[in-house]
Amino acid sequence: MNEAIIKLSAQGLNLWFGNKHVLKNVSVTFPEKQVTALIGPSGCGKSTLLRCFNRMHDLSPDARIEGKIMLENEDLYDKKISVTEVRKRVGMVFQKANPFPKSIYENINYGLKINDIPSKERPAIIERALKESYLWEEVKDELKKPATRMSGGQQQRLCIARTVALRPEVILMDEPCSALDPISTRKVEELIVQLKKQYTIVIVTHNMQQAQRIADQTIFMYLGEVVEEGRTDDIFNHPQKDLTKNYVSGHFG
Amino acid sequence: MMKRLSPVIEWFTLLFCTGTVLSFLIAILWDLTAKGWPSLSWQFITELPSEGMTKGGILPAITGTVMLTLLTAVLAVPLGISCAIYLNEYAKDNWLTRLIRASIRNLSGVPSIIYGLFGLALFVQGMHMGTSMLAAGFTLGLLSLPYIISTTEEALRRIPASTREAALAVGATQFESIRDVVLPSALPGILTGVVLTLSRAAGETAPILFTGVAFYINGSSGYLNQEFMALPYHLYMLSTQHQAIEQVRPLAYGTALVLVMVVFFLNLTAFYIRYKYRNNE
Repeated sequence: MNEAIIKLSAQGLNLWFGNKHVLKNVSVTFPEKQVTALIGPSGCGKSTLLRCFNRMHDLSPDARIEGKIMLENEDLYDKKISVTEVRKRVGMVFQKANPFPKSIYENINYGLKINDIPSKERPAIIERALKESYLWEEVKDELKKPATRMSGGQQQRLCIARTVALRPEVILMDEPCSALDPISTRKVEELIVQLKKQYTIVIVTHNMQQAQRIADQTIFMYLGEVVEEGRTDDIFNHPQKDLTKNYVSGHFG
Repeated sequence: MMKRLSPVIEWFTLLFCTGTVLSFLIAILWDLTAKGWPSLSWQFITELPSEGMTKGGILPAITGTVMLTLLTAVLAVPLGISCAIYLNEYAKDNWLTRLIRASIRNLSGVPSIIYGLFGLALFVQGMHMGTSMLAAGFTLGLLSLPYIISTTEEALRRIPASTREAALAVGATQFESIRDVVLPSALPGILTGVVLTLSRAAGETAPILFTGVAFYINGSSGYLNQEFMALPYHLYMLSTQHQAIEQVRPLAYGTALVLVMVVFFLNLTAFYIRYKYRNNE
C-alpha cells in the first residue's frame, strides 16, 4: 500500500449513537485512485463508517464522533471547512437508487446549480457525466423524462452520474448493487472499474464475489472494529486472522 | 361447510355496511337536489336577496363564503405549512415537541363554537377588529391550523430519508434539500390536506357566528372591515329563524345545494391536483 498516495484516512475514530459505541478506534487508509471494499457482517459498522467520510451523521442529534478524518491533509471535521464543501468533494451513492423526483437532466443539473456552477457550463458537464456513467447512449433522446420511470439499474447509474458531475475527489458507495439484478450489477461494476482511473472509491458490499471482482484493497470489519485490512487477494486467499478466514469462507455472516 | 361459507358471509357483511353508508349519502344528495334544484337559476346566484329574503338571490352569501375561505387560506396555509416543516424537519424529538404535537392534535378536537367564542374575545374585542370579515377569517384560520399542520406533517413524514440524503449528498444545505426536493415531493399530500381543510372551513357556522357573519347586509359582502353574509349561516337562518319559514324553504334548499356544490368543487380541485402530480412522477 506504500506505493500509492493516501487520499482519505480515519485516525482513531470512535462513534457513539447515544450510549451505543458503534465504531471503536477505527484507523484506516484509502489509497488514491483505487477501489477499497468494506466488508463484514450486518451491523458491524461499515455503513456507519462510510457515512462519516461525508459527514452524513451531522444531522443525527444523538451521534457523537471522536477522532480525525483526513482528506489528504485537511481535517474534514475542522470548523473552517463547511459541510456542503465536504459533500461536494466526497460524493456518495446510496444502497437504493434515490434519484430526485425530477427529469433525468434536472437530476444532474440540480447539484451543479446549488454548487453555483455557471449555467452555460452545465450542459457540457451533464453530457460528460452521463457519458462517464455509460448512460448517455440510453437516455440522450429522453433527457426530459422523469428519472423515476427509468429501470432500477439506470436509476443507480444516474445517481453515479449525478455524483461524478461534481468532480468529487472521493466517491463513497453504500452497497450500490444490492437492489439490482445481475446484469445491472455487472454494468455498475464495470462502471466502478472505469471510474477508479479518476476517483478514489470506497464501497461497502455484502457480496464477497463483488469485492474480489472490483476491489484493490479490502477492509474487514467486525463489531465496530477493523479486524484486517490489505490487498483484496491477501484478505480472501491468505487472511492473517481466523475471524477473517471464517468470514470470507462463509462460515458466518 | 363453514370454511366454504365464511368468505361469502364476510363479503356480504362488508358489502352491507358499505351499502348502508352509501344509501344515506345518496338519500341526502337526492333529497337536496330534488328540493333545491327548482330554486337554482342564474338570478339565484347573481342577485341580492329581496323582500325580506323571500325573493331574489344569494350572491352576497356566495361572495362572502368564497372571500372568507380565501382569507382563511391566506392566513392559515403559510403559517401551518411552515410550522409543520419546523416540527418535522428541524425540531429535536424531545418532551417539548411531543407536548406541542399532542396539543395540536387536541386542538383539532376542540368544538368549533369554542373557536367562535375565543375569536369574539380575542379578535373582535381584544384586538378591536369588531365583527368583521377579518375577525371571522382569523377565527377560521385558527380552526384550520391544526388540520393543516397535521396533514402537512403526515405528508412530509412519508418522504423517505433517502430522498433528503440524496440532496444533502450533492452539497445542498438542509434548507435547500427541503425547499427543492422534500417540499415538491410532499406537495400533492400537502395540497390535498389544505383543500380538504378549507372545504371544511367553508361550511363552518359556529366560528363566524359571533365574529362577523350577518343575516342580511345591504350591498355586496367582501370588505375586510365589514360584516358579511355566508352560505352556511344563511342556510341556518332560512331554515330555523325566518318569520316565513314555509315560504323560504325552497330558497333554503337552494342555498344548501349551492354550499354542497362549492365544497364539492373544492374537493374536486384536490382530486385533480393529486391526479396531475401522480402522472408527473
